[in-house]
Order: sequence, then structure tokens, then C-alpha cells
Amino acid sequence: MGKIVAATGNEAVAEALRQVNPDVSSAYPITPATDIMQRFTSFVSNGKVKTEMILVESEHSAMSGCIGASAAGGRVMTATSSQGLALMWEELFIASGTRLPIVMALVNRALSAPLNIHGDHSDGMGARDCGWIQLWSENAQEAYDNTIQAFRIAEHMDIRLPAMVCLDGFIVSHSIERIEYLEDEKVRNFAGEFKQLNPLLDLEHPVSYGPLILTDYYMEYRRAQDEVMSKVPQVVLDVAKDFEKISGRKYGLFETYRLDDAEIGLVILNSAAGTSKDVIDEFRNRGIKAGLLKPRLYRPFPYKEIGEALKGLKAVCVLDRADAFGGSYGPLFIDIASSLYPYKDKPILINKIYGLGGRDYMPAHAEQALSELVEAAKTGKIKQIKEYIGVRE
Amino acid sequence: MATELRLKELSKKDMLLTSGHRMCSGCGAPIIVKMVLLASEYPIIAANATGCLEVSTCISDYTAWKIPWIHNAFENAAATISGVETMYRALKKQGKIDKEIKFIAFGGDGGTYDIGFQSLSGAMERGHDMIYICYDNGAYMNTGIQRSSATPFGADTTTCPAGSVIPGKPQNRKNLTKIMAAHNIPYAAQASPSHWLDLMKKVRKALEIKGPKFLNIISPCNRGWRSRTDDAIQLSRLAVETCYWPLYEIEDGVTKITVTPKEKKPIADFLKPQGRFKHLFAPENEWMLKKIQEDIDKEWAGLQKCSAAEEKKLE
Repeated sequence: MGKIVAATGNEAVAEALRQVNPDVSSAYPITPATDIMQRFTSFVSNGKVKTEMILVESEHSAMSGCIGASAAGGRVMTATSSQGLALMWEELFIASGTRLPIVMALVNRALSAPLNIHGDHSDGMGARDCGWIQLWSENAQEAYDNTIQAFRIAEHMDIRLPAMVCLDGFIVSHSIERIEYLEDEKVRNFAGEFKQLNPLLDLEHPVSYGPLILTDYYMEYRRAQDEVMSKVPQVVLDVAKDFEKISGRKYGLFETYRLDDAEIGLVILNSAAGTSKDVIDEFRNRGIKAGLLKPRLYRPFPYKEIGEALKGLKAVCVLDRADAFGGSYGPLFIDIASSLYPYKDKPILINKIYGLGGRDYMPAHAEQALSELVEAAKTGKIKQIKEYIGVRE
Repeated sequence: MATELRLKELSKKDMLLTSGHRMCSGCGAPIIVKMVLLASEYPIIAANATGCLEVSTCISDYTAWKIPWIHNAFENAAATISGVETMYRALKKQGKIDKEIKFIAFGGDGGTYDIGFQSLSGAMERGHDMIYICYDNGAYMNTGIQRSSATPFGADTTTCPAGSVIPGKPQNRKNLTKIMAAHNIPYAAQASPSHWLDLMKKVRKALEIKGPKFLNIISPCNRGWRSRTDDAIQLSRLAVETCYWPLYEIEDGVTKITVTPKEKKPIADFLKPQGRFKHLFAPENEWMLKKIQEDIDKEWAGLQKCSAAEEKKLE
């Protein structure tokens, strides 16, 4: 039996990392992810893991070190947030383009300016198209479970791509929750031995990493990268099935909550999904067929599966904890709209931007969105597609 | 027994950077890489900053490197090799690898003095067991001969062109070798491909020292220096003989000149064959030549004083 503990999200991620016991970690502190590495380095200092740490001078070097270590041929992880991820941006593409299965915890936080250390999804959304697998987590339990599964997914021989596990800064990273930890042995066996692929340290078969590719082959490389991404969803499902065997917890590409017979629905990522589910229950009690869809695998985005799950609804509100500047809709909204595009009959779609920079997401906000959906489903009319909620006018 | 550092013996060793790489003819960098790899008796894994050396030696499916090699980006060869070296230590500790392997990062002056400076400084401070080698040709040559902080005073480059108001680069070069030594690393040195034995001895010495080492090697670039394609060695020799590029090492804080020119030549001998300094020989720019000579004399005198003082201490 595993054990049930009261722990923070960061603690849970650090615990998962201890249990997986990677070979190398290269990291730089940044709020609110700092705590993961503080905990992890104490495991290192106390001999609880075999991991060699590289405590670098910037996030750019953190990811550079991860890339070097991963190419050398071993299991590698790191953690970051916000500006740290932004500073890594160039390296994120190199990690995925080089097909290195690095695992990173991304404790979601707003981007500057103005400087803000609190939770929102601007960082993860900014990195959504850099070729990394993204798993998003509603709570500490999911962050823990996703971290363990991320290694198996990233290191799968058909994939070999970096993966980031997203969890909400402070809301999840620093709040204490009830968590079920698995036994060390179970996690170790689940993660398995790291299998090398073209390691730099193999002197018998010297390899060159990071060539220059001109117009002759660059597109072919990029297409290959896109094709590899298309294999990710099946691997995510397979790994989830195996994970269920050791944990009893089910995971899919996304979670649906009372969605099967729903007429209206919310689509929302991470911690705010919990609050929304409570409000959906209230609407159900009032006889309103409301439901929710919470994406888990956000990149690659399972367009087809999510489109299928939402196509029968009358009205859907997509809630984004990040905005895309330039009069655009929120990033999640754009993906949901794309997933529904192929269908002739599709729900009315609205977009709410909420919770930026750690602004609270309250039940009243979910209620507001759902009430608007009730109205839209009835009349077929909406007041406006995109709107900020919980903002002072 | 280690291969003797004699041409006859060295010629029997494998070249680990193959011919057919696409560096310009007459470029100093591949000569330096070949010398470094020939000097080593250990297997080497190399990282390379973005730059001429990288884009020319590994294009598409073709690589000129017969050793494991990684290119990551412009500014992070030091951080990347830190990662490789750390994984090596991790796997060695776990008993998964038992070979003795050495790690070298190569970067041009842009990737070392400028954009890669933070990554290099960090790697040195952390004490990775590696050698960082800068091949210094004094500009961002690959991107079109723009000035770098290694560009010498007065040089004509595409971003500090010698004009009627500004006669070339207004600032002096950054003294990176001294800055690296100031990290209190166990070994920092300057070398030149013209003095191959000195260069190879320094590589050998660095390979035997545990911890972070830095080698700054002058690397003539005929495209950027506007010089002939067959004079890389001649020019790097003149750089040493004019004391523009003194050959010295700083081992455990002790400075030692390793090659003292028999006769110190005037700096004009080094500048004249290079088109990038042509304007310095116009009458109105005489003051610049004078300043360059004064700076070199001062630097050389300081180095000699430092080296002599250390020698005296050792006696």
C-alpha cells in the first residue's frame, strides 16, 4: 500500500521525482517552482536519490544542461515557471527538435510585465507550440500522477520527446491537499530502466547532435516531428492504463464531468476545474444539464476526440487563464473552436478570460458563465464572444 | 605510453576532424581543432557553439567529426558540455560506464566573449571537469564580420566600419583570458597554431588537470581579416612575435610566459598584411597605431613583470 499524506503540489512533484530517481537534473530557482528543487536537492544532499545536480546560473543554462545530459544518455528532469520558461524558449525547441525525453514540471505563473508571481497559464501557453508534450493537472494528486507518467510517455521508443507537467502556481504548488503516494518500488518499476538512444557517451558509435539543415531537408525534419507528435495520444492512453493498474486512478486525454447528456458545458484547464465542477453540480440540482471538459493532454491537442465529446452540446464556454494579444481569443478557445470546426452542427462558443496573475476564480464566475450558456442555448444569441471576467471595470 | 609530441609520431594518429569539412580554405579553426584532438590521448566528447566551425563541420547527414559531438545553440556550449559531463559522472558513479573520457567545448569569440559569456562563467564556477577552447578570430565572422568584444581597437568590421568620423572599432578588446583566470580555475592559457608544440603541450597539461580549464587560441580568418588564404600560420606567428597575442599560462594562479619572442617585432608587422587595418596606415590615423603599440607594450611589460615575480617566488 502507498500512503496518504497531506502535502503541497510542489512537495508531491518532488516526491514523484524522488521515486523516479533521474540520473541528472539541471535547474535554476524560480518562484513558485523553486520549492520543487529545494525539496529535491535535499533528497540529493541526503543520499535519497542517485541524481547528479547541475545548479546553473540561468534557466537558459538549466535547459542547455538538460539537453547535454539527455543527449549524453540518461534520465533528466527539471522544473521552472514563468520568466524561467520564457528564458528557456529557444532551448525548448532544441530539446524537442533533438528528440530528447526531458521531463519538466511547469508551475504555471503569469509573465511580466507587470511583474507578477502568481498563477496563470501565460507561460505554458506561450510554449504550447514548441514541440513538447504538455500534461495539465487539476490538483496535487494529478501533478504527482502526471509527473510519474510523463517519464514513461516522453521516453517511449516511438516518441522520445520532452514533456512538461503543468500545475497551477501557488493554488496547487503551495496549497496542502490530501494525496495518495504510491510505494517507491511501484513507481520505480513503472518508470523502468532508462533506455538510451544514440547516446553521446557511446564512444564505439560516435554521433553528431545538432547539425545544420538547410532548405534541402529542414521541412522533412519538421514533418517528421509533427508525425511523431501524432503518436503521442495513444501512448498517453496506454501509459494511463498501466498507471491505473498500480494506482487505481484513471486518466485519459481529457476528463469529462457530467458531460454525456449535457446541453451546456464549460471547458477549463487545471485547478479552476474543481470549482467549476461544484457549480455544475448546483446547476444539475436545478435540472440544468450542465457538464465540463478538462483537457489533460494539451499538446498534442486531441482535436478529434475533444470535438467528438463537445459536438452535441448546445452551448460551450471556454475559460482561458491566459490571453492572446491582438484582438484574438484565448489560446484554449482557439483550440476548442478548431476541434469543432469540422462539424456542421456545433455548439455556440463563448470565451471568458479569468484568473490572470492569480486573481481568484470564484464559484460566481462559473455561475455567470453557465447562466450565459443557458440563455444562449435557449435564444441562440450571445452578447459577445470574448469577455474578461472577475476584472474591475 | 603517450604519443610523443613529435610530428613523425603525431602523423601516425587518426585525424578526428576529417578533411572534407566545409570551412574556408586557410581558416585557422579546423587547424586548431585538429591540433587539440591530436594532442589528446583520451577519448574526447565535444560541444560546439553555433558559429563557423559548427555550421561548416556538420551539415545535414554529413559530419566531419569522428568523435561524439553536440551542437546546441550559440550561447551555451559550456552549459551543454556541463550537462554531458554531469551525465558521465552520474553514470560512472552508478557503474554504467568505466572509460576515462574528457570533455571539450569549442566556441568562437562571439559565442565565448559575448553571448556565451554567462554560460561559460557559470560552468567555470561550478567546476565541471572540462576544457573550454575559444578560437578567437576577433569578430562575428560567420554572420558577416561584425564587431565582437574580442575585436581589436581600430579594426574595420561591418558594424564598426572605418569611416571619416569613426576610424574603426573605438574600444579595446576584452581580455578574456585574464577574466577566466580570475574565476580561480586551475588552468587558463593562451595559445597559437603557429606554435603547435606549445599549443599541444597546453592541451595535454589541461587534460591532466581536474576541473575547469580555459584555452584561448588565436584563429586567423582570412575573410574577416582581409588577408591571404595561405597566411593563417604566418599571421598567428606575427601575433605572437609582436606580443599582440602573448603565449602564457596561468596555472593555479601562477602566471608564466611560455614563449618569449627572440626579438619583439613592431605591431605594424602584424597589422599591415590585414585589410581590416589598412586605414590605420593613413597619415591622419598615426595616433591609432601609436596607441595600439603603447597598449601592447604596457600589457607585455605587465605580463613579463608578473611572470618574473612568480618565477622569483618559485626559486
